[in-house]
Amino acid sequence: MNVTIEEQIRSDQERTLVVSGEVDAFTAPQLREKLMPLCQENCKVYLNLSQVDYMDSTGLGVLIGAFKKLRSQRGRLILTGVSPRLKRLLNITGLSEILEIEDRV
Amino acid sequence: MPFQKGETGIVTADGTGLPGSVPLIWGDRMKDELFEQYQTLLACYLRDRREDQLYAAQQMSKWMMEQKIPPEEMVSFHAEALKSLMPDLPEDVHLSFNFLIEMMIGYGTALREHENLLNRQRELEYEIEVAVGMQQTLLPDSPPELPELDIGVISVPANRMSGDYYNFVNHDGDSIGVALSDIIGKGIPAALCMSMIKYAMDQLDHPLDPSEILRRLNTVVERNVDPSMFITMVYGVYDLNRHIFRYAAAGHEPGIYICKEDQHFEDMTTRGLVLGVTKEVQYQEYALALDPGDLIVLFSDGVTEARIDGQFLGRERLKELIRSYLHLPAQRMAETLYRNLYEMADYQLKDDQTIILIRRKE
Repeated sequence: MNVTIEEQIRSDQERTLVVSGEVDAFTAPQLREKLMPLCQENCKVYLNLSQVDYMDSTGLGVLIGAFKKLRSQRGRLILTGVSPRLKRLLNITGLSEILEIEDRV
Repeated sequence: MPFQKGETGIVTADGTGLPGSVPLIWGDRMKDELFEQYQTLLACYLRDRREDQLYAAQQMSKWMMEQKIPPEEMVSFHAEALKSLMPDLPEDVHLSFNFLIEMMIGYGTALREHENLLNRQRELEYEIEVAVGMQQTLLPDSPPELPELDIGVISVPANRMSGDYYNFVNHDGDSIGVALSDIIGKGIPAALCMSMIKYAMDQLDHPLDPSEILRRLNTVVERNVDPSMFITMVYGVYDLNRHIFRYAAAGHEPGIYICKEDQHFEDMTTRGLVLGVTKEVQYQEYALALDPGDLIVLFSDGVTEARIDGQFLGRERLKELIRSYLHLPAQRMAETLYRNLYEMADYQLKDDQTIILIRRKE
């Protein structure tokens, strides 16, 4: 399976990444490569996950890495379009408590 | 007499060009000797066209490969031999051999690179083998045997090394601690991280509350791992006198409790952040009272996420599977569950699988 990542510019310091496909051990490095450079000071990064069929723990690791980097630089990571399955994964791992999740895409 | 490793034959005087049995030690004269042999063998073959002469050539080439004589050297032997055997050949033929020698140099380099890579791979294989052995020593040999509990464990890595860790800690005979941990990713990075968890746990003074153990482990993991690394864990303490299982979880897939009396299955409540994300985390503690025959099933997410016909196994199908083998003793039940899973997944489990069963004896 593959992953595609499309970047949309919302404003100077706001970006959206639209992720489609499966995020697993093989594709997670691609997501990291796109996501980490956006994690700059005071930046707001929206991650639209509505097209994500599957995400495993390696994918969650990428989200955590980005979350930590943004947090240390007064930025924000916001997840949108989270499927029920992914929501369950975020609940089990306790990440839903610390990550910002918006229902609206 | 074929060429032997470490020696080469001297061409016999019988005029067939076949090598004799007198050993020759690799030395300065070797190249000349070898060339002599090649030339004689070639000359004899061109004259007699005998099968055994071809066979001798094969043996000679094998021997030359063992001596790491590059292929371009072989071609240059041939070119030299032709020059003296057939001096009347057109100049173009001789020139074409110079051309071929150039071609073979690249080929020879590639061959040597390939050889180096093979050696490197063998070294790595060996290192991994040692690491696999070391990792095995981090895990308990067998589940503890207790008069109060029947415990079964199976833990099988997807590849050579595992990212799942489990341990049993005996608390002075009054209680027993059980840890099951899943490190993000798998293979060698996960295995390295696993040794950290193992040693961090060894440093803790037991007995402690499960929530306190997780709180302390979280600070160790948070300080020591890569930002995108995390670890899930469930830690429980079974009170052998009161038969109460107190546990806390850090982002770990909830276990399943099965009541013997009415055969009902219950998802164990677990809420708590995975280890390693933020500095200070308080973990909630839960408790279960077990009656005789009651069973607790703990597992890593590789189990529920095993892919069966393109679908995840999921908790419901896992429960069905557990239900069919409830009558078995814990260790056999763990092994049977795993074997079923392995077959259902068409012998291709992509993640590490660990199942721990704790049953109160009747």
